[in-house]
Amino acid sequence: MLSRVANSLYWMVRYIERADSLSRLIEVNGQLLLDHERLDSERLRAFWKPIILSTGDETLFSEFYSDASSSEVIRFLTNDRRNPNSIVASIGQARENARMVRDQLSEELWEELNSLYLFINSREGELLFNADPTRYYETIRRATFTFHGIAAASIARSESWEFMDLGRHLERADKITRFLDITSFLPESDAPVNGAATFHWTAILRSCGGLGAFRAEHRGEPTAEGVVSFLMFSPGFPRSVRFCVDRIDRNLHSISGTPRGTYTNDAERVAGRLLAELAYGSAAEVLEHGLHLYLDELQERLNEIGTELFQTYVLLPDSTDKRPPIPAANMSAVVAWQMAQQQQ
Amino acid sequence: MFEAYEADGFFDEMFALEGEVRPHYRTLLNRFSAIAADDFEARRAACDQHFLRQGVTFNVYHDDRGTERIFPFDPVPRVIPAAEWEHLEAGLTQRIIALNLFLHDIYHEQHILRDGIIPRFYIEEAKHYRPEFRGINVPKDIYIHICGSDLIRGADGTYFVLEDNGRCPSGASYLLENRNALKRAFPSLFESLGVRPVDAYPRELLDMLHHVSPHREGEPVCVLLTPGCYNSAYFEHCYLAREMGIEIVEGRDLVVMDDFVYMRTTKGLVRVDVIYRRIDDDFLDPTVFRKDSVLGVPGIMRAYQAGNVALANAVGTGVADDKVIYYFVPKIIEYYLGQDPILPNVPTYLASEESDRKYILEHLPELVVKAANESGGYGMLMGPSATQEEIAKFKEKIIEDPRNFIAQPVVSLSRSPTWCEGNMEGRHIDLRPYIIYGEDVKIVPGGLTRVALRKGSLVVNSSQGGGSKDTWVLK
Repeated sequence: MLSRVANSLYWMVRYIERADSLSRLIEVNGQLLLDHERLDSERLRAFWKPIILSTGDETLFSEFYSDASSSEVIRFLTNDRRNPNSIVASIGQARENARMVRDQLSEELWEELNSLYLFINSREGELLFNADPTRYYETIRRATFTFHGIAAASIARSESWEFMDLGRHLERADKITRFLDITSFLPESDAPVNGAATFHWTAILRSCGGLGAFRAEHRGEPTAEGVVSFLMFSPGFPRSVRFCVDRIDRNLHSISGTPRGTYTNDAERVAGRLLAELAYGSAAEVLEHGLHLYLDELQERLNEIGTELFQTYVLLPDSTDKRPPIPAANMSAVVAWQMAQQQQ
Repeated sequence: MFEAYEADGFFDEMFALEGEVRPHYRTLLNRFSAIAADDFEARRAACDQHFLRQGVTFNVYHDDRGTERIFPFDPVPRVIPAAEWEHLEAGLTQRIIALNLFLHDIYHEQHILRDGIIPRFYIEEAKHYRPEFRGINVPKDIYIHICGSDLIRGADGTYFVLEDNGRCPSGASYLLENRNALKRAFPSLFESLGVRPVDAYPRELLDMLHHVSPHREGEPVCVLLTPGCYNSAYFEHCYLAREMGIEIVEGRDLVVMDDFVYMRTTKGLVRVDVIYRRIDDDFLDPTVFRKDSVLGVPGIMRAYQAGNVALANAVGTGVADDKVIYYFVPKIIEYYLGQDPILPNVPTYLASEESDRKYILEHLPELVVKAANESGGYGMLMGPSATQEEIAKFKEKIIEDPRNFIAQPVVSLSRSPTWCEGNMEGRHIDLRPYIIYGEDVKIVPGGLTRVALRKGSLVVNSSQGGGSKDTWVLK
């Protein structure tokens, strides 16, 4: 398939997954607040700050907002267009990518994504967000589930599928690591690592949609070790890092056609090595190493897989091009030219 | 629904002058009359919703948010009886054959100029004439592979050709989607009416592309070349590519090596045989035409001239849809085919002919003036509704550059009942059939009926607030 198309499919799904993860995160933490006695504004700030830090947008946030009250954080993460990683912006990006490769998508798939886009940009969406945020986030989550379901039922298991699946699992693995990392930013007194704040671990499990599955595997209250073990190393839970990396490794080898356990490009090498570590690692080791440090390194390696993937399948075909590059035109000029092509 | 309907003295598609319903509309009228107005409105709104969700839209420019708008759809179809369609089919077939012979001649021997049928300077000064392509052979000698010729009906119902669009006709996707929309909204409407299906269009388009492939071995690789997702017709580009099962590519996805065109895929380069291009000649190749074009493919013209890739439509076809050349099409038909034109032109005055120019300048308030190479309803003067200033401005333009203008009397386009906010009212329409010229000529039965939604307006272009209807050709 065209390199450009592969790239767009991959990003389309990454952005959908991003919107889904964020809506879980906000929902769960918003619910969490309701379970606690009224928090004063300082405690509120302390509560939300780690969440902002975990999505890596703290600089942007502080640029626009003076406070970190619930409503401000929620707005910033949900439908602030100035935040390129907000839910609304992510869905907009997903749709933009989908538009570029519309010929690759079944009608139902496009319609699902487009309907979600139309909904969150409508007055109706805005009203629901203000009146019943729980329903609002549920709508987004259901739409993304439906999207994945339609994709699974209507996309042939060809390269298109592999690139989409890659996008989904890379994004998912990255988000799991970020949710786990929330605990690293908590103020000392709340630090759940010493077992004080199980409710944080519960919230993280919920954000990853894994509380039920966790309970089926682990008895008793969620502990640091139990949750890390589950979200990091569970071989069968679809939102564990190990599960995601296994899928990524499989996708990469399906695309290149080389047997698993060998590699022909750097994306495969990094993924294979990471998979081995996850297969033989343990939560105790991670906590000893330092959770935050470990997660940081993990995120870097996930990024590396994304970068190498791009190098191999999108940029490399470009290097076959011997032509002198056309002087870079700015985006608006290109858009203007595209518009200027006469369609009689 | 139709009780208060007035034909207002225009030729009405549905009703004869005495208010009699025309026979080929009778069943439709009966079925529509059985639907309550609010139900009818609900179904129409459902069509809009469907178009919006499906993204059957066009991009509106000059708007800070790059708004996508749906093409307004009117649920009252336009019906064409079988015999009438046969006449149109014969006329359009004759026309496209003649236009292709004309283009081949213009880019080779130029007999028609030597024989003095068309003054040479009209060709040489045509904006889209490409002298550098003289002597180049194109696959199967086909220049206009896809043509959209606009038809209108005058006061007595006579069909005229208003213009030929032989460079990059668009709108076929809306024709197909309009049929789907009407089927969804009024599922029982089509029963036992004998409406000819239109869904063969993408297959016929692909057959034509295969037919012009320069390579014999294996299945030809065809692609659709789009300017990109900001173009107004991007929806159509994707739609047609998907329906045909071919890749939609942008210029940057293609590369020319050793005079062959390849596309960049995740598995390396794949040779391309046929390109259905939806970008202008000027932007195709920065090494030949506009140097700053990032939409095109450097070297593609070399591959084309070497006969290694086919382009649909060919380069340089714009000379045939120059509005000045339009004036000569009846002569072109006579010259190449020795036949009388089956479908007449609208009477036309050429501003560069002295007597015509004199007439034009004296009668501007009652004429329609058109620039030779504009489309989409731009660059026009509608004399009867123009202000003094506009008329004066056009007068200057015509005197300054007479080669660039033609004028025609105002044709009072036929009208069709149209659902206008809860009432049936007459609105002016035209017809855009789509003609495919491959191994033989294929015309999708029907076409896109465009309707001027503003009361009294004669301008049907979507860029000027026009909508469209489903078009039924009866068996």
